[in-house]
Amino acid sequence: MATTPRQNPDLQQYWRANLKLVSVLLVIWFVVSYGFSILFVDALDQVRIAGFKLGFWFAQQGSIYVFVVLIFVYVLAMTRLDRKYGVNEE
Amino acid sequence: MSIQAWTTALVGVSFTLYIGIAIWTKARSTSEFYVAGKGVHPLANGMATAADWMSAASFISMAGIVSFMGRDGSVYLMGWTGGYVLLALLLAPYLRKFGKFTVPEFVGERYYSQSARLVAVVCAIFVSFTYVAGQMRGVGVVFSRFLEVDITTGVIIGMAIVFCYAVLGGMKGITYTQVAQYCILIFAYMVPAIFISILLTGHAVPQVGFGSTLIDGSGISLLDKLDQLNVDLGFDQYTNGSKGTLDVLCITAALMVGTAGLPHVIIRFFTVPKVSDARLSAGYALLFIAILYTTAPAVAAFSRTNFIETIHNKPYSEAPSWFKNWEKTGLVKWQDQNDDGLMQYQGKHAKNSGAPVKNELSVDRDIMVLANPEIARLPNWVIALVAAGGLAAALSTAAGLLLVISTSISHDLLKSVFMPEITERKELMYARIAASAAVLVAGYFGAHPPGFVAQVVAFAFGLAASSFFPAIILGIFFKRMNKEGAITGMLTGIIFTAGYICYFKFIDPAANTSENWLFGISPEGIGTLGMLLNVTVALAVAKFTSPPPAEVREMINRIRVPRH
Repeated sequence: MATTPRQNPDLQQYWRANLKLVSVLLVIWFVVSYGFSILFVDALDQVRIAGFKLGFWFAQQGSIYVFVVLIFVYVLAMTRLDRKYGVNEE
Repeated sequence: MSIQAWTTALVGVSFTLYIGIAIWTKARSTSEFYVAGKGVHPLANGMATAADWMSAASFISMAGIVSFMGRDGSVYLMGWTGGYVLLALLLAPYLRKFGKFTVPEFVGERYYSQSARLVAVVCAIFVSFTYVAGQMRGVGVVFSRFLEVDITTGVIIGMAIVFCYAVLGGMKGITYTQVAQYCILIFAYMVPAIFISILLTGHAVPQVGFGSTLIDGSGISLLDKLDQLNVDLGFDQYTNGSKGTLDVLCITAALMVGTAGLPHVIIRFFTVPKVSDARLSAGYALLFIAILYTTAPAVAAFSRTNFIETIHNKPYSEAPSWFKNWEKTGLVKWQDQNDDGLMQYQGKHAKNSGAPVKNELSVDRDIMVLANPEIARLPNWVIALVAAGGLAAALSTAAGLLLVISTSISHDLLKSVFMPEITERKELMYARIAASAAVLVAGYFGAHPPGFVAQVVAFAFGLAASSFFPAIILGIFFKRMNKEGAITGMLTGIIFTAGYICYFKFIDPAANTSENWLFGISPEGIGTLGMLLNVTVALAVAKFTSPPPAEVREMINRIRVPRH
């Protein structure tokens, strides 16, 4: 079957949707690790939850949990995106 | 049973298992040797990646570093996990779609240039050797402490085991041994952590116990207690940082980006059947890594509390047995400065009213995880388990690195540059010879570590961050990037980063203080700046040189979509 992938507008749209998803997830990634755990750590430390200062908790626990969740959200969203544009693997 | 008998038994059983797997998974083709025939289940690949990634440094050193640095140690916790987000979102699926064997191969084809490939090969080999020497050393230390053989004998035993499964099985053998090694190392890490968490706080989950109230009747939380102990002894508060904010930002970024750019990690995502599997297995990998990485800071806090309480101001004559055992290795030292027979432990802010008391204890950070079960007086089998876990962590990483070295030599140098006519059988043979030679060199460095091993770890991450990562990212996300831009970018990044690290680590180590650093950024964090330089130079050069040929753009279109 002949395909013309180069100028396929669907694929361009797929790529744009992909970039948008990745940007949103990376903003969260940045805010949690560099924001909560480094830049604003002292402000968050004023709050205490379950025995932890919040900034310290993000730096040594919370950020890692968020990283794991981000990847699984990405996996699910991309699976849906692949199907929507019919580029999923069999 | 004694510690030594338990260790011999557990290490013996685990080594037999590794060799058994090696025989079962012998590689028959270059595809099996390089990428396990692309047939690894994503869950298995997740475990293998976790074991590949978590080295002797993660298992043995990291909790110790955090325990001495407090909040400043978070750079390692975040830096060595956050990179997986970049890997999953920006690299793994596209490189899997590319579908070849090595990272330099991608760089070479994307930038239609053998020179680009050569730059990448040299970086890959250098980064991997730096790293592997540390692993063999870790193997030697565990052997010498727990089995009381000398370090060289320990290194030789370790080499023999890695030789069996890396040379015979290639990526296929390594993958399935790494799955076994992950199970062993995570069990070995969690068991003492859970025991100690219950003893100190009554909580079985270390991540919860970490923030809980102590059960010694004092009614204060573990972290408050630790802050107070630290301040009383003249250290910085445990939950506060003392490094500059920009430096912390740069170190974290360099470690994250470096992680995502390390060839032995990237190559693991070439082994799964599909693009969607590459994404999924990155998720599994980080999940499996996170189990250890969220436990490590809890272990750090527990062990520091226990350490201070059992040692500080106690008479040397009544020192616990673990202290005497580790003293023999020279990793803990006590010198009575005031002749009172007590062991005083003090930090740099200590103010002493009355008699001058100085710090009398020096403790190597690396012993905290290994000594932790002994400090908490856990049963002997737990102590032996930690030894087997440390060996699993070191051997799994060593194997992954050796594979990168061997494929770089056989596939990227011999096959692509020197003997392109070579048959697959011959290439496989050369891959095995290269792996054997790499094992020997690594073993030599393990037994006779050059004094700079510890210092060059910054190199591995700095170079990966300032060379591979930008070249690959630009290659996937910026079609206009051409070979001129990529090569000058990589060279600028490497020369700047390597020059900065060399200056402060080797040429003028005395000047290695924050006043002399560029913008207050330490050599550990300079890779971040190197990466930014790389990108800036690459973009500028690409703007003024010709765009990449049509077939390269076509290839980029192809790797961006899972199915075409």
